[in-house]
Amino acid sequence: MNEIGTRGLALNEKLIFEHSRTGRRGFSLPELDVPEASLPGELTRDEMDGLPEVSEVEVVRHFTRLSSWNYGVDSGFYPLGSCTMKYNPKVNETAAQKAGLALIHPYTPAALSQGAMEIIYKLEQMLGEISGFPAITVHPAAGAHGELTGMMVIRAFHEKQGNPRRKVLIPDTAHGTNPASAVLCGYEVVSISSDGYLAAEEVAAHMDDEVAALMITNPNTLGLFEKEIVEICAAVHAKGGLVYCDGANMNALLGVCKPADLGIDVMHFNLHKTFSTPHGGGGPGAGPVGVTKELEPFLPHPRIQLKKDHYAWDVNRPDAIGRLRAFHGNFGILVRAYTYIRMLGADGLRRTSEMAVLNANYIRARLEPHYHLPYKQRSLHEVVFSEQNLKGGCHTMDAAKRLIDYGFHPPTVYFPLVVKGAIMIEPTETETRESIDEFCDAMIQIAKESEENPALLKMAPVKTRTRRMDEALAARKPKLRWVKEEKKN
Amino acid sequence: MAFTPHTDNDIVQMLKVIGANSIDDLFKEIPAEVRNKKDLKLEAPLSESEVLRELQRLANRNATPETHRSFLGGGTYNHFIPAVVDFLTSRSEFATAYTPYQSEISQGTLQAIFEFQTLICQITGMEAANASMYDGASACAEAALMAARLTRRKKILTSRALHPEYRETLATYCRFLEMELIDLSFNKNGETSLEDLQAHLDDQTAGVILGYPNFFGVIENIAPLAPLVHDQGAKLVVAVQEAASLGLIKAPGALGADIVIGEGQSFGIPPAFGGPHAGFFAVRQKDVRSIPGRLVGETVDQEGKRGYVLTLSTREQHIRREKATSNICSNHGLCALRATVYLSLLGKDGLRTVAVQNHSKAEYAKQQISAVDGFTLPFSAPTFNEFVIEAKEPVEQVMARLESNGILGGIPLQTFYPEMENHFLVCVTEQNSREDIDILVQTLGTSRT
Repeated sequence: MNEIGTRGLALNEKLIFEHSRTGRRGFSLPELDVPEASLPGELTRDEMDGLPEVSEVEVVRHFTRLSSWNYGVDSGFYPLGSCTMKYNPKVNETAAQKAGLALIHPYTPAALSQGAMEIIYKLEQMLGEISGFPAITVHPAAGAHGELTGMMVIRAFHEKQGNPRRKVLIPDTAHGTNPASAVLCGYEVVSISSDGYLAAEEVAAHMDDEVAALMITNPNTLGLFEKEIVEICAAVHAKGGLVYCDGANMNALLGVCKPADLGIDVMHFNLHKTFSTPHGGGGPGAGPVGVTKELEPFLPHPRIQLKKDHYAWDVNRPDAIGRLRAFHGNFGILVRAYTYIRMLGADGLRRTSEMAVLNANYIRARLEPHYHLPYKQRSLHEVVFSEQNLKGGCHTMDAAKRLIDYGFHPPTVYFPLVVKGAIMIEPTETETRESIDEFCDAMIQIAKESEENPALLKMAPVKTRTRRMDEALAARKPKLRWVKEEKKN
Repeated sequence: MAFTPHTDNDIVQMLKVIGANSIDDLFKEIPAEVRNKKDLKLEAPLSESEVLRELQRLANRNATPETHRSFLGGGTYNHFIPAVVDFLTSRSEFATAYTPYQSEISQGTLQAIFEFQTLICQITGMEAANASMYDGASACAEAALMAARLTRRKKILTSRALHPEYRETLATYCRFLEMELIDLSFNKNGETSLEDLQAHLDDQTAGVILGYPNFFGVIENIAPLAPLVHDQGAKLVVAVQEAASLGLIKAPGALGADIVIGEGQSFGIPPAFGGPHAGFFAVRQKDVRSIPGRLVGETVDQEGKRGYVLTLSTREQHIRREKATSNICSNHGLCALRATVYLSLLGKDGLRTVAVQNHSKAEYAKQQISAVDGFTLPFSAPTFNEFVIEAKEPVEQVMARLESNGILGGIPLQTFYPEMENHFLVCVTEQNSREDIDILVQTLGTSRT
């Protein structure tokens, strides 16, 4: 096979603090053009200890070297399940860096920020059309932040009805953020079991007047469309509950179906997954939330209204839950998602989901003879295998590390928890057939290696600059910052 | 344009391998009655050049420091961003990577976060910091929850002079958790009232939260408050909305703070209408297992080589689910990287120089404006780079006069503080020249026609 993972010259690099030499500088500022002022002595700090003194060249080399130790979507195939690591179009970055968008202050008067307000307003409209929800807020900073916002909206709604209710139902396949968000709204979490799909009967059996909401992911984290979703929503609604949908897997449904049409009441989007904004090594993303008409009054501040010929801030919203962050949302991320949707249009979005689902099913077809597939139903944009067929005492983590030697980022591993040694693969729509084939060839080769030479898996990765890390040591003796070593006498 | 590379032939071949007849076939598990009957109603797709023209049209409708002389602050600041910051953080090995779960191919992100955590400890005077939060306001809310966890108490005292949007965020986060929030008034100097603090502080208090500098730019005198708070077994939470101030004012860690949170936007992150920015969160080492969010720790690999991993994750939602310290599952990594590059470039001299310039220019502006007839300084406490002005004429009229002269003169305060009629907050940074300030002063003094 054609192996893309190979050796290269990897440069070592110290911590930036270890480059520091007294008197080196990496900045320039204009001369002070007013008299220098000083603060009372008791308010003024002494010299700042530890901050590095380095030249500009050192800073540039330092971070360039660090970047070379990373693997990004632009480096190669990145099939992390549930994360939707699609290509991030560069035009999004150019758009977001325009001075009129990057440098606008959040307290600029509305009359002088009409362009920014139009982007927010129109993005809300577009997300509404895609999902079917009549009201969208772009306030939340991330998916988990959107969940928290959505669950607070649900709680505020129930309170207004006279009873906040006590419990939230969450299937065992859910992301860990779901229960963590529900608890922050003062709810007790009831875990319900599913067998690939969530059964409407199972949901109905748990429903009573104290259940505030069901939190569901659709397609779920096994990549399966919840085929009883309509009945599930009806069962929840029958007892006065609401249905929250984690929109992490929206990349399977663009232009295909609208979550609001399924009976879902609240859903968050992940703009950094579905709408191509870069993941940034862990953020920032954005987690807009869509809701039904009856929940709109509870959405957080701030909201934008379109008046006759201009946009205005809507300040008179007595039922709003308040704000969950400062200012108007992660606007820089919203600009990128706006740019993406405007370039794709309806046809492009639909094709995105079609190709994402095609790619995932192609991988499934190629790997099913070699890896154990615990759930056989037709999956959508991702597919989950287990470690069952790996030989030689090898586990999912060993296969994942061996993939690195072959030049790929591993899939999501050990999630969802309902599959033992889960290997969760989401290729996205932006990969070529060739890159997918190279990945499948490597996966097949690894399955074979586990039988013939399991040490190859257990030692992996061997081509990276550093090998497997001692995570137990890091947790046992946490060293969370650099400290200047005391001079020895 | 869709970013999908398959040719028609690719699709035919792949469907054959799958054993499906058509693309439609792949979606057959979705009941026909809930599938879209019509195409999405969206505007026609644009090419790259068209979409950039559209974005330029929208950008042109916004006022920025490139079109106006701007004196807006209040939690987002107009600081200079060296070219190196944009250049390095645009590298797609950083920008297009995910959370660094696979440490062997994420050492770049991991080491940079470790450096970020170190820099935050250095500027705040604290012992441990996390990998960043969404922003200062949400970090502030999480700090209140952490104080409640550590003390097993539910009462939080919050200064009214803390950023109003931080207070509102805090109130939302606490709303369903049976927490008790009490506002502390500010005195005639613009500082949090010591009397009010003493009146409310007791052995049921979990935490006391102060802005430093506060929303009025005032540098609160924290040192005498800390022992009072600690005597009651409560936690002192210090919120830094303008991190550039830490180049000049005493580190909160040296003044007895237990938790220091803040907004890192001043460190090389563009204003961008309020986000994305980067919250920071710093604590004492002994409390580190109660901190929300990601942490990076140093360790060694199999061959003994130094390296970094995400650590102490048993606090977090993906392990602990409903028992986690927070529901946060990401950080603002790329913004934290901007701050790391910025602080590396500036170093200790640069950060001090920026802070001194901000303070000096603001002092100059303060003196000049207060000398103009009809404008006074209501507060007397020392400030950093922003300050409150009270006008004799309606503030709308003042702002309109400034705007028509190409000046964004400040933030009217009555929206946040009903009693502060005709007060506004003026911010001056190293980006404002003396000429900018002189023109502001001159325009304020222009008599009405």
